[in-house]
Amino acid sequence: MTSARARPNLLGGAAGWLWLALIILPIYYILLTSLKNQSEFFTSNPLLPPSAPTLDNYALVLRSGFARYFLNSVVVTAGSVLPAVLVSFMAAYAIARGQGWFLSLSNRIFLLGLAIPLHATIIPIYWMITRAHLYDTLLALILPSIAFSIPISVLILASFLRDVPGELFESMRLDGCTDWGMMWRLALPLTRPAVVTAAVYNALNVWNGFLFPLILTQSPQLRVLPLSLWAFQGEFQLNIPAVLASVVLATLPLLVIYVVARRQLVSGMTAGYTR
Amino acid sequence: MGSTKGPSGWLAAPALVLFAVFALVPLVGVVVLSFTRWDGLGPISWDGPHSWARALTDPVTLNAIWVTAKVMVFSFLVQAPVSLLLGVFTAGRQRYRAALAVLYFLPLLLSSAAVAIAYKALLDPNFGLGPGLKIPALAQDWLGSPNLALFVVVFVIAWQFVPFHTLIYQAGVRQIPAPLFEASQLDGAGRVRQFFAITLPQLKYTAITSSTLMAVGSLTYFDLVFVLTEGGPGYSTRLLPLHMYLTGFKANDMGAASALAVVLVVVGLLLALLLQRLGGQDRSASQQEGV
Repeated sequence: MTSARARPNLLGGAAGWLWLALIILPIYYILLTSLKNQSEFFTSNPLLPPSAPTLDNYALVLRSGFARYFLNSVVVTAGSVLPAVLVSFMAAYAIARGQGWFLSLSNRIFLLGLAIPLHATIIPIYWMITRAHLYDTLLALILPSIAFSIPISVLILASFLRDVPGELFESMRLDGCTDWGMMWRLALPLTRPAVVTAAVYNALNVWNGFLFPLILTQSPQLRVLPLSLWAFQGEFQLNIPAVLASVVLATLPLLVIYVVARRQLVSGMTAGYTR
Repeated sequence: MGSTKGPSGWLAAPALVLFAVFALVPLVGVVVLSFTRWDGLGPISWDGPHSWARALTDPVTLNAIWVTAKVMVFSFLVQAPVSLLLGVFTAGRQRYRAALAVLYFLPLLLSSAAVAIAYKALLDPNFGLGPGLKIPALAQDWLGSPNLALFVVVFVIAWQFVPFHTLIYQAGVRQIPAPLFEASQLDGAGRVRQFFAITLPQLKYTAITSSTLMAVGSLTYFDLVFVLTEGGPGYSTRLLPLHMYLTGFKANDMGAASALAVVLVVVGLLLALLLQRLGGQDRSASQQEGV
């Protein structure tokens, strides 16, 4: 865009600040309310800070099995994202560097896969999972989550690998390195930023996923966080500050990732749709 | 696998197998299941087109299609202009705009369940924001009245997804070659003129991408509505994906639910194709036409 402008963009500025208010207000309300005790919640102005801030709501959430649900989410997210990124990286390396009908067909299948809506496949997935006696296990969540993380990961990684100069590979080949060796010793280190992008983006999706857990598990001890938020809502009833404390706690890890890896998260978000 | 040089095609096999088993096979499976009768537990039996007939003649289905169409149109009308403006705005290099862009992203971190729960609390007719601030206009029974509930759903969807589309437009604007703006500035074009003469036409393909995602995305809102309204009051916010879920997993009619799933896939693909066609040729070809 142009650097120097004559007048400030009033319309854009006003819209920008207005939208900021709209974004921040609910988040501010969640944070504030989670720090109020119940009687203050019922009587005080909802937008004023509590006169006696309390962490009791957080304590209640932690006592209500939050650690367990958190751990489940960690297991499902790591168990999905790590294998998904690994197999996607191998596929992307082959697609970017190799030749042949099989690889170009694979590439096309993965691109097509970006368009498959997860919801539409849930009934057959439910059938397969029950048939495989995996219903109500964390593995039941992990397997389809891996599958739905693959297309976007391959897309991100392959487009990155295509930009790696071929001479690097050729000179390694002259030194007697195999394709397999080059994959780990050259391609992987060079692709690190894209690997992080794919991992972070898929982690966000799996962490926040709701449909697979809702349909493929039922035991309370196997709840992942989004499902537990929904359950807390039923358990805590009118104790809304506690419900909102659980929302804050469930979002905290993603906030940390956002602070640490904002660039990767943002580029993962738009990877399939820009350029 | 027919490659002379370079890595073996076998490297793609693990990813391909996992993807095929848990995404492609189910996609075919849902078509097959739509011609069967199954309660979700017992045996599956062939049922010909009866599931389709049950699904498509159900007035609740027709209503769900109507509600989905409404949400799709209203969502587009709200999200498209806002995302476009915010995208152009945040593409500017000023510090404060970058800071705002960081904050705009925050809703994308929350799960749909979390967003729905937060808004349920915020909009509560007795203890929410409106009654707490003693502002009668805000103290409505937002989720208890059919018309209001639909607009609340549209609003909350916008709250959650405008940040994403803003990112897409922001990236689009940043790809517009700077000389275009510089030239028009020399010609004395003002900001409004520039916006309509350069920014908007150059964003054509970005707009098509974003619109496609909005339209197709409207067919996938499930978590949010499930937690926020459960489709109610009555059937007023029962969108197609939710209707599919309730038909299959609550009314135990997996055949009809599969038929609805097929409808979702087909409508999604048609919408995507239609919008791409609307935009003319391959979008990667002419992102920078006129340079």
